[in-house]
Amino acid sequence: MNVLKYLLVGFVFGIVLTKSEAVSWYRIYEMFQFQSFHMYGIIAVAIATGVIGIQIIKRNNIKDIKGQPIEIEDKEKGSTRYWIGGIFFGLGWALVGSCPGPIFILLGAGFWSVLIVFFGALLGTFIYGLFKNKLPH
Amino acid sequence: MNIIFQTWPWYVSGFLIGMIMLSLIYFGKAFGMSSNLRSLCSMAGAGKYVSFFNFDWKSQRWNLVVVLGAMLGGFVAVHFMSDPSNIDINPKTIAQLAQLGIDAPNGKLMPDALFGPQIWQSPKSILILLIGGILIGFGTRYAGGCTSGHAISGLSNLQLPSLKAVIGFFIGGLIMAHFLLPLIF
Repeated sequence: MNVLKYLLVGFVFGIVLTKSEAVSWYRIYEMFQFQSFHMYGIIAVAIATGVIGIQIIKRNNIKDIKGQPIEIEDKEKGSTRYWIGGIFFGLGWALVGSCPGPIFILLGAGFWSVLIVFFGALLGTFIYGLFKNKLPH
Repeated sequence: MNIIFQTWPWYVSGFLIGMIMLSLIYFGKAFGMSSNLRSLCSMAGAGKYVSFFNFDWKSQRWNLVVVLGAMLGGFVAVHFMSDPSNIDINPKTIAQLAQLGIDAPNGKLMPDALFGPQIWQSPKSILILLIGGILIGFGTRYAGGCTSGHAISGLSNLQLPSLKAVIGFFIGGLIMAHFLLPLIF
């Protein structure tokens, strides 16, 4: 059951992202051309659901599944890494139309050309690790 | 039954994605997909060469299970829950893509021009996908998260750094979609 719940959450995630077409290159292109509300709607409702859920958790001190207090870590303070890293990711996102979640989902669905994107993403992650200490953060 | 096969509306999909993030918080974890790329590098032995990958990736196994589930979900959704009416994008977008020589969806999730089987014979096509992947991998790790970690998890928790990252995502995306894609195609 311990592992099964993660498998189940992932399974639902894969289905939702495919059926909402957030994994589609076309939907990402359409979003960046401002020619559809669809993707903006998905992101906005997801965030609204998250904001409300997290507020409920915090205000009622809801415990997690093991009975421990839920603590959501704050992101590290800073600017440079978020702006520059964000722009790099955005360039890739709009070029191949997938963020990391969809890369895995599309591979599972059998789109073999996405293997190249996946390999590139591993390589990009490795390059970051290699130069981490030289990059401004 | 039709509801399953059609494109799921944004309000249903967005709500479910929000609930997925909340479920992981309830399990004592966090929603973020790009960190799996780091775990996979570590699994492959990158920790021997670069200290960034020398961490306890086994503590992140739960997230790799989420990935496995997502892959299964993608398989089921594409093979058993699809319909030719899907990917009903704006006709203006289709016309614009035609000018770039990119084929219309007609139910396909991705254009053949970028992802079709012929790309394996084209060094240019392979390079486009490889560079796209590198930008995604490098950018998400540099920024410390992607759409799931920053846009959904971070903004839901009202994190200013995540807002910076998400604005960065859109600056990069808009530059690519409006200025670079027309040069590439």
